[in-house]
Amino acid sequence: MTDEIRQIIREHGRMPVDVGELAPTADLYQAGMTSHASVNVMLALEDHFDVEFPDRMLTRSVFESVASIEAALRELREEAAVS
Amino acid sequence: MSVSVDPDVAFVEAVRGVADEFAAANADAVDREARFPVEAVEALRAEQALSALVPRELGGGGVSFAAIAAACFELGRRCGASAMVFAMHQIQVATIVRHLEDAPWFEEYLRELAGEQRLIASVTSEVGTGGDMGRSIAAVQQGPDGDCEFEKQAPTVSYGAHADDLLVTLRRGEQAEPSDQVLALARKGQYGLEQTGSWDPLGMRGTCSPGYVVSARIAPEQILATPFPRVSAESMVPISHVLWSHLWLGIATDAFDRARAFVRAAAKRKPGEPPPTAVRLSHLMSELSLLRAEVDSGLAEFTAVDEQGPGRERLSTMASALRFNNLKIAASEQAPRVCQGALGVCGIVGFKNDTPFSVGRHLRDSMSACLMVANERIHQTNASLLLIAKDV
Repeated sequence: MTDEIRQIIREHGRMPVDVGELAPTADLYQAGMTSHASVNVMLALEDHFDVEFPDRMLTRSVFESVASIEAALRELREEAAVS
Repeated sequence: MSVSVDPDVAFVEAVRGVADEFAAANADAVDREARFPVEAVEALRAEQALSALVPRELGGGGVSFAAIAAACFELGRRCGASAMVFAMHQIQVATIVRHLEDAPWFEEYLRELAGEQRLIASVTSEVGTGGDMGRSIAAVQQGPDGDCEFEKQAPTVSYGAHADDLLVTLRRGEQAEPSDQVLALARKGQYGLEQTGSWDPLGMRGTCSPGYVVSARIAPEQILATPFPRVSAESMVPISHVLWSHLWLGIATDAFDRARAFVRAAAKRKPGEPPPTAVRLSHLMSELSLLRAEVDSGLAEFTAVDEQGPGRERLSTMASALRFNNLKIAASEQAPRVCQGALGVCGIVGFKNDTPFSVGRHLRDSMSACLMVANERIHQTNASLLLIAKDV
C-alpha cells in the first residue's frame, strides 16, 4: 500500500522532491505539496483505493505524510469490513 | 450585597462607550485626512481593551471571543477604520493566545501586552506571492550570535507605522519551501520600516496601510513553534472572517439606521402620509437581515466548533474552511449592497458628505471588504475544496 500511495503522490502531488526520498512520516506540506495539489492527491487516492474520505478525515494532519495517509486508508478499510 | 457584572457585558459596554464618544466623533476627520484613529485607539487602551482576549492569569481581561466580535460590531457602527484596527489587533492576539503552547517568551510577551496595551499589526501579504497568504518568499535567516534576521516586502501593512509590534509570516529557513511558513513576532526597536508606497485609498482610510519593506532582527524564541499552516486553518482565517464580518455588519447597520432616520424625519413632516421611501426601507431591512443572519450563524458555528474538543482539529476540516470562507464572501458582498440601498433611500442627502444621513463613508469603507483577501481567490480555494469535501 505504501508504494501505491507514493506513486499517487508522485503523480498528483506536484512536489519539488521525489516522494521516494522522503521518510514515511516526513511532512509532505513542508516538503512543498500545496493545498491545491493535496486535493488532487485525495481525489486520486479515493479513486485508486475505491474509498471516500469522510469530512472528519479531510484535514491537513491526515494528509501530511505517507504514514498518516496509510493509517487513514487502513481505518476506512476496517470500517468497510465490519459493516 | 455586591452585584457581579458579567465581564463580557462590561467589556462590550465599555467598547460601545468608546465607539460613541471617540470613534464616532472623529470618524469623518479620520476618513477625510486618511489618518490613524488615534483618539479611539487611545480610549480602547484606557479601557484595557487591547488585552481583553488575553487570559486573566496573564494579566488580560479574559473575555470571550463572542464579546470581541460584539465589540467589532459596535466600533464598526461608528467608524469602520477604528473597528478594522481593533479587529486586526485582536486577530493577532487570538492567534498568539491559541497557539503559544506554553512558550515562556510568548507568555511574558502577553503579560507586557496587557500591562502596556501594546498594539500588534500583521505582515502577512508579500510582494511576489500573488496575494496567496499560504506562501512566503522572505525567510528566517540565521544572524550573528544565534539571532534571526529577515527582510520582507509587504504590499500593505495596516497601521504599520502606528503599531508597537509586528506579527510576520516567513519561510522557516532559507532552504524551506514557500508553503513551509512560521509566524514571528518582532517588537518595536527590533524592526525597521521603509515605506514603499503612498496611502490615498477609496475607503478604510484610517487604517493607514501603505507598503513597507520590513527588516528585523529577533531572538529565535520569538518564532511560534506551531507551523503557520495550522495556525492559519485553526485560528487566523476563521477568526479573521468572523471578526471582519462583524464590523462590516456594523457599518451596514449604521447605514441602515441613517436611512431609517431619514424616512422617519420625512414621515414626521407629513403625518398620515407614508413617505414613498418607507417601502424601500422595508426592502433594505430584508437585505440587512440576511447579512445579520449569516454573521450571527458564523459566530455561533465558530464558537460551537471551538468549544468542542479535542483540540481545534475540526476547524481545519474542509467543511469548516468552506463555511468560514463563505461567511467572508457573503458578508463582504452583502454589506456594500446594504450601504448602497441606504444611499438609495436617502438620495441626495445621503450622497452629500455633511448631513446626518451621509452614507458615503459607509459605502466606501464597505467596498474594501471584497478585496481583503480577494473574494475571487477565496472562490478558487473553495472550488478546489468542493471537489473532495462531502457535507457542505
